[in-house]
Amino acid sequence: MFDISPAEWTAILLSLRVAVIATLVATPFGIALAWLLARRDFWGKSFLDALVHLPLVLPPVVTGYLLLLTFGRRGLVGGFLADHLGIVFSFRWTGAALACGVMAFPLLVRPMRLSIEAIDRRLEQAAETLGAAPWKVFFTVTLPLALPGVLAGMVLGFAKAIGEFGATITFVSNIPGETQTISSAIYSLIQTPDGDAAAGRLVIVSIGLALGALIAAEWFARRATARLHGN
Amino acid sequence: MLRVDIEKQLGEFSLHASFSSEGRVIGLFGASGAGKTSLINMIAGLLRPDRGTIVIDGETVDDTAAGIHVPAWRRRIGYVFQDARLFPHLNVAQNLDYGRQMNRLPSDPVQHRRIIDLLDIGALLGRRPGKLSGGERQRVALGRALLSKPRLLLLDEPLGALDEGRKLEILPYLVRLRDEANVPMVYVSHDAAELRQLATQIVMLKQGRVTSFGGVKVLT
Repeated sequence: MFDISPAEWTAILLSLRVAVIATLVATPFGIALAWLLARRDFWGKSFLDALVHLPLVLPPVVTGYLLLLTFGRRGLVGGFLADHLGIVFSFRWTGAALACGVMAFPLLVRPMRLSIEAIDRRLEQAAETLGAAPWKVFFTVTLPLALPGVLAGMVLGFAKAIGEFGATITFVSNIPGETQTISSAIYSLIQTPDGDAAAGRLVIVSIGLALGALIAAEWFARRATARLHGN
Repeated sequence: MLRVDIEKQLGEFSLHASFSSEGRVIGLFGASGAGKTSLINMIAGLLRPDRGTIVIDGETVDDTAAGIHVPAWRRRIGYVFQDARLFPHLNVAQNLDYGRQMNRLPSDPVQHRRIIDLLDIGALLGRRPGKLSGGERQRVALGRALLSKPRLLLLDEPLGALDEGRKLEILPYLVRLRDEANVPMVYVSHDAAELRQLATQIVMLKQGRVTSFGGVKVLT
């Protein structure tokens, strides 16, 4: 039963690659946005907040279609990137990573934002009186104190990215070895006669990955509390 | 040493303070709500005056008419808060070293040793702030502020959060600091007895106004 075939391995490894890249690229943007939402008041803040959460509530096929329109070969951004920087998203694994990153973004930002909001701003004031410029305060006080939340966000985002299906298949289709992730492989397998055993194996792998990520995120959250209390 | 002439409106409360002092320890005395913390926060650069000037050691750090406001991190002041505000993710040694690193000062083992001895915190260096008592935390906070080599040390009710026993534990360290550390201080307190022991000059604040200024005699 648990003989994972080379084709299944390909899907698993591709999923891992897509999810890792999506998480790593999304993280700096996530931190910046979390900080902005936690610390700054500006015009259009609630709109930006809603925009970030949109992929969470929008039908994934809509997000995927919008990505296709924007980042596809003939899309406004996609065409520019392909012609000037040679970066192509459509029907490539990079497109899958983009779709997963966008879909995972709300989950990635939320724990980061909460952990930044939980930081005592008086500690940042203390750092300032000790001669730390604002960017140094951020890197020596804010970010280290928010680190468990940042890691929790990365883990949750990763878990979401690895399971993403709707937006990915809409945007980059379901090409074995290029854009066929675990989810789209399962989708293909359950439509194939005799695909049940293989689908079952991939289902177990996804459950394992998701559970592991949730447990890790919880562990990081508990670390955050300990850190803020200085133990 | 310190010249202050500021106005600040904080909701219903208006603060209008003016004094100038060469004293080694300026005691800012007043009941809670008199504006002491707002005033010291303005000297620190954490709060901006609406109008007026602040001059520390000959350098104008605030002059609203000329549009000057030096941010807190470039004022070279030390600030000891009532709630020590040690960085919880750093141990005591790293907390002590923070100001030196931020100001890119060369390491000065002699001063480091001297301040650690003066405050008796040598045994705490490896600990996290969460594992310190209130009195220990406040001594570390004093050391951390001093090791950033400030030209002026601001203390906002540094004994305020401690019980009587702990106060008596810290007070001698403050006296030693005044006599040996050679850093002028502004010491905020609502406790006249504390200021009598420490201050060389008193600025008395009442409802946002300076009502008297002079030696510790004004505390009667």
